[in-house]
Amino acid sequence: MTALLTLPAAGEFEMADINYVAIAPMIVVFAAAVLGVLVEAFAPRRLRYPIQVGLAVLALVIAFAALVLPDADSVTGTTVAGTLAVDGPSRFLSGVLLALGLVGLLVMAERFGGEGPDAFTPMGAATPGSAIESAAARAGLATTEVFPLALFSLGGMMMFTSANDLLSMFVALEVLSLPLYILTGLARRRRLLSQEAALKYFLLGAFSSAFFLFGAGLIYGYAGSIRIPAIGEAAAASSGDLEPLLLPGVAMLLVGLLFKVGAVPFHSWTPDVYQGAPSPVTGFMAACTKIAAFGALLRLVYVGLESTRWEWRPGVVVIAALTMIVGAVLSVTQTDIKRLLAYSSVAHAGFILVGLLAFDITAVGGVMFYLVAYGASTIAAFALVNMVRENGAEATHLSQWAGLGRRHPWVAAAMTLLLLAFAGIPLTSGFTAKVAAFMPAVAHGGLSGVLLVVIGVLASAVTAFVYVKVIVLMYFTAPSGDVGLAQPALLSVVAIAVGVVLTVLLGVVPGPLLDLAAQSSTFVR
Amino acid sequence: MNPYIPLGILLALGFGFALLSVGTSLVVGPARANVAKAQAYECGIQPTPQAPEGGRFPVKYYLTAMLFVIFDIEALFLYPFAVAFDQLGLFTLMAVVLFLLNSFFVADAYVWRRGGFEWD
Repeated sequence: MTALLTLPAAGEFEMADINYVAIAPMIVVFAAAVLGVLVEAFAPRRLRYPIQVGLAVLALVIAFAALVLPDADSVTGTTVAGTLAVDGPSRFLSGVLLALGLVGLLVMAERFGGEGPDAFTPMGAATPGSAIESAAARAGLATTEVFPLALFSLGGMMMFTSANDLLSMFVALEVLSLPLYILTGLARRRRLLSQEAALKYFLLGAFSSAFFLFGAGLIYGYAGSIRIPAIGEAAAASSGDLEPLLLPGVAMLLVGLLFKVGAVPFHSWTPDVYQGAPSPVTGFMAACTKIAAFGALLRLVYVGLESTRWEWRPGVVVIAALTMIVGAVLSVTQTDIKRLLAYSSVAHAGFILVGLLAFDITAVGGVMFYLVAYGASTIAAFALVNMVRENGAEATHLSQWAGLGRRHPWVAAAMTLLLLAFAGIPLTSGFTAKVAAFMPAVAHGGLSGVLLVVIGVLASAVTAFVYVKVIVLMYFTAPSGDVGLAQPALLSVVAIAVGVVLTVLLGVVPGPLLDLAAQSSTFVR
Repeated sequence: MNPYIPLGILLALGFGFALLSVGTSLVVGPARANVAKAQAYECGIQPTPQAPEGGRFPVKYYLTAMLFVIFDIEALFLYPFAVAFDQLGLFTLMAVVLFLLNSFFVADAYVWRRGGFEWD
């Protein structure tokens, strides 16, 4: 028994090597989030909103500078004892997350001339519709906690894209998810729907996390390591004895990640959560969670599972095909603009999977370009949804959007452009993104790659029909009801402008970003 | 032997255990129903279908339970540190201090300022 109690001698502990410059962007975001919690605790109520918004914006700008300024060679490599990989894809996606996160924060901060962030309830703990809730609204209370929560989530997303072992990947997954569950439940209007969405998201998220963990356990049993590159080496050397652990492990890991991506058949939470969450949160979630989840998925399958892809790729090919078909077909029947965009987001997840399954270095760049293009358009689209109101509530039913083009030509024009981008019409970012994601699949994906691209193009045609239906509704149908715009909406307008400009720019001159994505597509191992 | 057979056996054992334990208690366990057993399990609170007057219902107990979880997790992380702190050096000490600052002071400062420590 005594042997068990002997402590290891001094010197057996090895200090983790930490490249602080490489992880500085993450540290800045997390530190700002912690500071934000302190602001909530100690700052006077009136000052919280300006301090939180200022702090969050400042943190994201500093983090972006800390990401861009250092020389690529000085930061590239694994750090913190190999648990984080700072390389082309993780730096590219972190930068995109910071930029789009900033845009998303602006939409969340939108007050429409009121006291606090307009989309969020003044008091999350109050029973919906109770006297206490209206008293809180009259007293000008505001849930400014959303800013630290969003920062925590964003930090987790950045960590998710650079996680180099399954355990840090899991921690990052939880750090990015938990704040999102809370943010989902904080909508100011339709509180019950929002709380229901939060509960569903939480339960299904926890369920999928369990899958991820079980898969990580099996893979650890197989490879003897949780490091993703080590898993890749073990799989390439394939010992034989523990082979049966590999496939169930991979399947479970992929279930966990495909859930976050919203791929069919793990998509059932998407429409409910996208509809129930406050629109700015939906935009943030749709864009940034997708970027982070695909970042993690790319690293996992390209670094860890590439050598075993012949065993699991057929399954994911089926999932990609199903995702595109189900997302496209179900978006046809939707009558709520948020649910419609949710199903469209499911279809887009399928399009991105097509690129991912090509297993070529050009696919990494293509997928990352797609994520930028889709993210920028999505945040702007949900910012627009957030502005269109009838009697103070969001007018999300499609019938309420009828004739919007006559009353609010600018809003309708911006929405039209974004919808055309989602449909993949040339000269918008959606077209270049689809080309960037589909080309590698045709060139390197083999027969199944070509088949997936054919399905993808057909699914695009179906979704294009849906988007054109909305555009026709906005321009060629007589307006009904009393639909107006929430005003003044300076922050939203800025965010929408950024999204629209990016959508056009990436469609007309995609070269620079495509080049950047192509240059940043090498993973460290 | 097919290498997947052990996994299949494990799966069967898992399902078998669940079915067996639920089934046995159904068959063997005494079934003496009373009102208290039919109620929702609410940790000593009289369960009501709705909060009185449709307003808030007290969440004090849950708050306390959640605060306990924070302390619990802290204690959990302190154990490995306490076992080897003399060999881990200054860096780890600073790391643990930072961890405690975050999870203890920042989290509890927020709870304290929002009145989470007041029972009534």
